[in-house]
Amino acid sequence: MDDLGKNMTKEILNAKRLLCPLPVIRTQDKVKTMNAGDILEVICTDPGVMQDIPAWCRINGHKILETISAEMEYTIILQVA
Amino acid sequence: MNIGYGLVAQGIITYFYRILSVMSKQKKAVALISGGLDSLLAAKTVMEQGIHVEGINFFTGFCVEGHTHAIRKKDKASPKRNNALWSAEQLGIKLNIIDIIDEYKDVLINPKHGYGANMNPCLDCKVFMVHKAKQWIEENDFDFIITGEVIGQRPMSQRKDTMPVIAKESGADDLLVRPLCAKNLPLTLPEREGWIDREKLHGFSGRTRKPQLALADAFGFDDFAQPAGGCCFLTDKSYSNKLVDLWTARGRKEYDLDDVMLLKVGRHIRPKKNFKLIVAREEGEARFLQGYKKEFINMNCASHKGPLAMIDGEPSEEDLLLAAQLTARYGQGRDAEFVDVTIREKDGVERLVTVKPIKADQIPLQWMI
Ligand code: SF4
Repeated sequence: MDDLGKNMTKEILNAKRLLCPLPVIRTQDKVKTMNAGDILEVICTDPGVMQDIPAWCRINGHKILETISAEMEYTIILQVA
Repeated sequence: MNIGYGLVAQGIITYFYRILSVMSKQKKAVALISGGLDSLLAAKTVMEQGIHVEGINFFTGFCVEGHTHAIRKKDKASPKRNNALWSAEQLGIKLNIIDIIDEYKDVLINPKHGYGANMNPCLDCKVFMVHKAKQWIEENDFDFIITGEVIGQRPMSQRKDTMPVIAKESGADDLLVRPLCAKNLPLTLPEREGWIDREKLHGFSGRTRKPQLALADAFGFDDFAQPAGGCCFLTDKSYSNKLVDLWTARGRKEYDLDDVMLLKVGRHIRPKKNFKLIVAREEGEARFLQGYKKEFINMNCASHKGPLAMIDGEPSEEDLLLAAQLTARYGQGRDAEFVDVTIREKDGVERLVTVKPIKADQIPLQWMI
């Protein structure tokens, strides 16, 4: 994320081993502490997050930048609205 | 004198300005969204009256969705959505999902109003959730609370005599609106103040689902969740038995999230008070249990294909051999004379034992939890 604005931050949330909806709750709580434009990368092991975190982002207006699934690990990168 | 008149006039203007701003401020309500049809309809009914609605969903740890779908392989074929998120998306509202796992323990362990048919403390649970919603509206400057309750729909928490208990004990009192059966209940503050029109609320009652289905149709909802077995493991007989067994074996009522999860997984067999086996029933469960290998002694068949079994408790050497015999029983070597079983300690140290698989008729029924 080299093109991050000057005041934007990127954070990583480890939500491995948590089952839905806990990764969504942890994401929600983390996002509350961040500012508009900040980037959050959430790393999970429950495939349910591929549905649930994007749904949570849609209803709360946050933007999904990327979703990656590889080797039982699911990563969602979102931008805080 | 002029200054005095000026101040009075200014005071009057400020007073009317305040009244006007209170009158014109859009009212806001929080709806308890379970993911089921009733809460969806209740929220929509109030939104139709121009109220700003946001959703709140409480995660007790015992919710059926999510976890089990993630664990069991057979459920993976059709990925399940989170119905509360789905409801919020249908309504176009924000949803706040709140982790109440720790606070909920007291509700489940010491329910003032007791349990329902199983270990479900529905009345205390509702009181607690509405109480949390009341705190939430105070913190977030919202005006009232909506639930999808219907008089007579559920035997414990949704009866004519228990509905006022929830309103009173939660502290929500007349800030609690049940739009689906409001006409059968006393006036609430939002109705009295004219924030919402009572005539546009409903008077549903009883166990019939017909009025809800008709309203869903009128609102154009056609893909809603109607979970047949409820949305909470505590209403499940087998789950409740396992929870009671856990408390009995430990000699005290306590649990943590791992206990809650493990009670959802596998076949639970308790040959003695001091230990039980959790035997994976399929690949998804075995994969899930792998994550607990450092917390439990575990074993699996080495000479034949067979499931992973975790040993919960304080087993003796003799107990471990019995556990190995049971583990062998659930593998492909069940009819073999001898089966090799690998026993793995929490620190990963392994050893091999050879046992005779236990026969089905040697397993007393009361061992199966
Ligand atoms: S079914 Fe479960 S979540 Fe629902 S009210 Fe009863 S105890 Fe609470």
